[in-house]
Amino acid sequence: MSDDPVDVLIIGAGASGAAMAWSLAETKMHIVCLEQGGLMNPLQYPSTERNWEARAQGDMAINPNLRGLPSDYPINEDDSPIKVANFNGVGGGTVLFAGHFPRFHPSDFRVKSLDGVADDWPIDYETLAPFYGENDRMTGVAGLQGDPAYPRDNAHRLPPLPLGKSGQILAKGFNKLGWAWWPSDTAIITNDYDGRARCINLGACGAGCAQGAKGSADVTYWPHALRAGVELRTHCRVREITVGEDGMATGAIYYDARGEEVEIKAHVVVLACNGIGTPRLLLNSKSAQFPDGLANSSGQVGKNFMFHPYAWIQGVFDEETDGHAGPTKAMRSQQFYETGEERGYVRGYTFEITRGMPPVRTAQTGMRHGRIPWGAEHHKEFRRMFGHVAGMVAVCEDLPEEHNQVTLDPELKDSDGIPAPKISYTLSDNSRKMLDHAVEQASEILEAAGANDIMSESPIRFGGWHLMGTARMGTDPERSVVNEWGRSHDVRNLFIVDGSIFVTSAGVNPTSTIQALALYVADQMKSRLATLFD
Amino acid sequence: MSQQTENPFSEEERRALTALAGMIVPASEEFGVPGADDPAIVDNILEDASRRPEQLSAALATLEAVAEEKCGSAFADLSVAQQQKISEAYRDAHAGHANLIANLTVQGYYRDDRVMASIGLDPRPPHPLGYEVEQGDWSLLDPVRDKDAFFRAVE
Repeated sequence: MSDDPVDVLIIGAGASGAAMAWSLAETKMHIVCLEQGGLMNPLQYPSTERNWEARAQGDMAINPNLRGLPSDYPINEDDSPIKVANFNGVGGGTVLFAGHFPRFHPSDFRVKSLDGVADDWPIDYETLAPFYGENDRMTGVAGLQGDPAYPRDNAHRLPPLPLGKSGQILAKGFNKLGWAWWPSDTAIITNDYDGRARCINLGACGAGCAQGAKGSADVTYWPHALRAGVELRTHCRVREITVGEDGMATGAIYYDARGEEVEIKAHVVVLACNGIGTPRLLLNSKSAQFPDGLANSSGQVGKNFMFHPYAWIQGVFDEETDGHAGPTKAMRSQQFYETGEERGYVRGYTFEITRGMPPVRTAQTGMRHGRIPWGAEHHKEFRRMFGHVAGMVAVCEDLPEEHNQVTLDPELKDSDGIPAPKISYTLSDNSRKMLDHAVEQASEILEAAGANDIMSESPIRFGGWHLMGTARMGTDPERSVVNEWGRSHDVRNLFIVDGSIFVTSAGVNPTSTIQALALYVADQMKSRLATLFD
Repeated sequence: MSQQTENPFSEEERRALTALAGMIVPASEEFGVPGADDPAIVDNILEDASRRPEQLSAALATLEAVAEEKCGSAFADLSVAQQQKISEAYRDAHAGHANLIANLTVQGYYRDDRVMASIGLDPRPPHPLGYEVEQGDWSLLDPVRDKDAFFRAVE
């Protein structure tokens, strides 16, 4: 390995790191990406085995503390009612995501102007629109043009996922109430696309797609980025970003697959480690010049941490649902997405319609909710539920609050001795009211659809899928970490492209916006190469 | 990525687990299925639990402590009526441990060939054959297509 500096060092090979690597590759610069996990092999995913549901709660669990793989780092989440979901490997969180792929609404970038809360973004929907389109093309997105909840766009979409039995049941409920719904934009291909085979309804999207139909970044961007010459080093965990006397980033120190300390020098450093990993790394990169952590003169690194609080609402129907089969999310409703003053809270949420549950999860859910007892009645009650459940989850917009934050745990460390992150998070009154509203409306929909029994959980405890806001973008260096094109205010060759730069969270899954932002920042870098550090 | 590990559980632990699993999901003549105390299913449960054996061992130790305290005997050696009483006390006082065992039990149970057949599923993993999902009636979308746009305008 040469000691010469690489042109660009990307830390993290997940959704945003992959998009950034692919986009920058056309410059022919020497680009190296460090990833603490390994390359994924879809043929080893749980759905290839009989014990797939057990593995989805074991070595492929969404929570890193439960999963505990060598590639994972522990997270102290004792001070949070919502537990973190992530994945450490090439593809990052997209390996386990459900593939729900909606865009932000135009109003999501103007929260302060419209509702007087949080801050406006320094960019708008129109700025990101071409990058949403490019990202959809790279990922392969199924869906349907014409949702009245969105402005029209010109994105190419594959045919939508099937409605199935569950979708039809729920659609009738929405129609009875006169409420809007629409087939979801999903990062799941319904026709063969870009060398990948179409979805065959494995129903195990959340534990990795063995078919390769789900658009996780390891099967979308990475094959193209690698062919274009990007160097990907796996099982390399970064400890800190190094800086020179001039205050510019000089590279990073990491532990390689053998646990040996390695220093890599770089002209540009890009962080793509998600809303927890990025502040963790910045806070651990202390120096005489940056005693409070790198890029943290504003004191905002790690602050304003946002999840999407989720509500889970399911009904039991006499009719058969899709049960275990098919992608879990095929429909959405944004009937309550925009602020409605009469509701007692600001902002809103998306309903993601869920098809049903496989057998183990049916039994566990039924026991947890007192529907399936221990003993002889187990079988009858299990059969009442299995293949007869459908419903929805509500993805609620979270608003940034400084006291919700990621810090370094003073004691807990990962296997390389690097301080682990600690999250401190309180559910706001606004979020609580929004969750309650979602449960009420969902119950109404399920009743209209004919449910004979309704269950709910709010918030979902192990539902911290989306990690945002901890290095937010803005034009004011005293109130934000990066500028309006992703460059650190403090360190002019340091960029951040993951969910940590979100100003607000919107009420939709963030991955398409994370990747669109990464493509936008990459485009800004390419168009400013001559003056990048000015 | 699944890993075979050596059985980290003692024979006493297996006996206790077998007895409790059989109470959680007993055999049923009506549905033609074995109970979760079936040896092959107990093997499944222990295989899953062996990833973090200390968790199941702790839960079983608690069960045995309750049995010892209330009946002065190992759980597996109690009468059915006594086991019923102990299991109720266990669930009341140690819900976390009881739920852990219940969750592991159904994980091991709902992949057994006999059980899968009884609930109408082929005894196979989802991949590579996948499943059929019907398209459904897309005319259900017509009333929504007729709606005016309702996203919020931004200046």
